[in-house]
Amino acid sequence: MSKTEKIDENKRDFLYLAAAGMGVVGVGSAVWPLVDSMNPAADVLALASTEVDLSSVEIGQSIKVVWRGKPVFIRRRTKEEITEANSVEVETLRDKQSDTDRVQNPEWLIMVGVCTHLGCIPLGNKPAEVKGEYNGWFCPCHGSHYDTSGRIRKGPAPKNLEVPEYKFVTDTQVIIG
Amino acid sequence: MSGNTEKGQFDNKVVSWVDERLPIFTMLSKEYGVFPTPKNFNYFWNFGAIAMAMLSIMILTGIFLAMNYTAHADEAFNSVERITRDVNYGWLLRYLHMNGASFFFIAVYIHIGRGLFYGSYKGPRELLWIFGVLIFLLMMGTAFMGYTLPWSQMSGWGATVITNLFSAIPIVGDSIHTLLIGGFTVDNPTLNRFFALHYLLPFVIVAVVFLHVWALHVTGSNNPLGIEPKSKKDTLPFHPYYTSKDVFGLSVFLLFYLWVVFFHPLALSHADHFKPFDSMVTPEHIVPEWYFLPFYAILKSFTADLVIPFTGIILVEAKLLGVLAMFGSIGLLFVLPWLDSSPVRSATFRPIYKICLFLLLISMLVLGYTGSQPAEGWVVVAAQITTAYYFIHFLVILPLLGKIERTKPLPKSINESVLAKKEGK
Ligand code: HEM
Ligand code: FES
Repeated sequence: MSKTEKIDENKRDFLYLAAAGMGVVGVGSAVWPLVDSMNPAADVLALASTEVDLSSVEIGQSIKVVWRGKPVFIRRRTKEEITEANSVEVETLRDKQSDTDRVQNPEWLIMVGVCTHLGCIPLGNKPAEVKGEYNGWFCPCHGSHYDTSGRIRKGPAPKNLEVPEYKFVTDTQVIIG
Repeated sequence: MSGNTEKGQFDNKVVSWVDERLPIFTMLSKEYGVFPTPKNFNYFWNFGAIAMAMLSIMILTGIFLAMNYTAHADEAFNSVERITRDVNYGWLLRYLHMNGASFFFIAVYIHIGRGLFYGSYKGPRELLWIFGVLIFLLMMGTAFMGYTLPWSQMSGWGATVITNLFSAIPIVGDSIHTLLIGGFTVDNPTLNRFFALHYLLPFVIVAVVFLHVWALHVTGSNNPLGIEPKSKKDTLPFHPYYTSKDVFGLSVFLLFYLWVVFFHPLALSHADHFKPFDSMVTPEHIVPEWYFLPFYAILKSFTADLVIPFTGIILVEAKLLGVLAMFGSIGLLFVLPWLDSSPVRSATFRPIYKICLFLLLISMLVLGYTGSQPAEGWVVVAAQITTAYYFIHFLVILPLLGKIERTKPLPKSINESVLAKKEGK
């Protein structure tokens, strides 16, 4: 060992970096619990499913049920609506999905009634409500038009109305979620 | 507000005793007593003090409201109704707070407009300006979260739409959205955190106001001529000249404010703000509070995706475009000092800038109106044109104008200009 003090800059840089790195990891792991506490709590997450009896729904009628705090639209579509939904060139759509990808049974269109733009609930379920230019649903908040398959056709929304997971237990009994 | 100045002389023994140990009176006297202030201020220079007064009123009324408010989805609406009907002077507290937010924004908009007209954002006051924009942003956050607290139809749906803005961010958007609202929909967890933050943010604003004023007292105030004071003849001590002028201006402003509070307390509200939140039914027409309307209109004016021509490949979705433009329109204010290339501050000497700024004002008013209307027909077109002007103003006109505009000659000093005016020249 020599007596004169020679500073090894590389070693110092390494030490600074290592210390700073450790600091970042430490602060990060201390902050994460704070941030994560804002995420949905276990009770909120506990997935609920909803069972719906469809026997009283006539052709051309829609109902609105609550699932995980969100409305779900269930529409028993008319022949014309189904044909209309199938006559569209899928390639021309913003969110390219054919009608058959969106239903298990063409008569029953089941989807989350939350506009994919900024989360309002579109109109069109009740006979008196406006259905928009494509005869499906219309979101009054910023003017998104959905067709008879719940696909976005016009306006600012980027995606089709979401289709939740569901299962028909019998012909008129469906479990959503 | 540095403490390293000569100690003041105080007659009062107690004051002297304290000041020797903590020179707070020296500081006050330096910053608010003898502080040299340009002598040519017009009434637009009142609005900083007015905004500060409004902030104090908001905090004071807010704390007393919070004593009777219940931050729970099942009870919030009724607790606010109870405040208005049953709590002693609760109606007064609520109407002061509700309309106070509006008048706070009125003061701050005029204050910002003053800055734009007289070029107060230009060097050496860039940081001062940036703190100001930061206060504006924090105010927007605070007011938005406050508006959700009564848990009305407007509260709940406003919160839904605004938090959904974050879901437009690619990839992580949905996780951020869930993190913000603490669930799959706006519900009790959302209300609780908004109340916590609504209580916190005003105090953060106080801290930033402190930095804002500190920076102001380093550079000194701008003035209607936009030239720096050169000698003692150009300035007046802050007290009593501007303390009295501020008190006068504030009194006139408060008179308007109280007139609304007492005679038209609901003039600025929407009927749907007085119906309890129903998460299954969106109101026919949701609009934010008036002070957000221009920015809301910018959001709404992006109705088509940005696509590569003839390919149909979507570059940016309309939803994300709208969100980026809305945040961008405020983001631009942060870099404004570097966008404006003209060395001349005051619009008084910039004939073309004056016209452009007037067009910007008109655009903001048109945006404000279109923001309040359903997005149909000509409303969309008007919003699109004025949105375009907003961005062109900041991104094209300001950088170029400084290079081509012939400005009028600047006066030699503030004093000279004031005297010339007095002689009627
Ligand atoms: C920057 C300052 C502030 C602004 C801009 C602001 C804005 C607002 C707004 C717009 C509302 C909705 C009023 C309504 O529609 O009824 C509100 C409500 C409320 N604010 Fe604030 N606020 C501020 C400071 C505070 C502070 C410091 C507190 C203290 C805890 C507070 C407590 C409350 C409470 C309890 C409510 C619900 C009661 C009500 O709606 O009247 N606010 N605030
Ligand atoms: S939320 Fe439906 S169009 Fe904006």
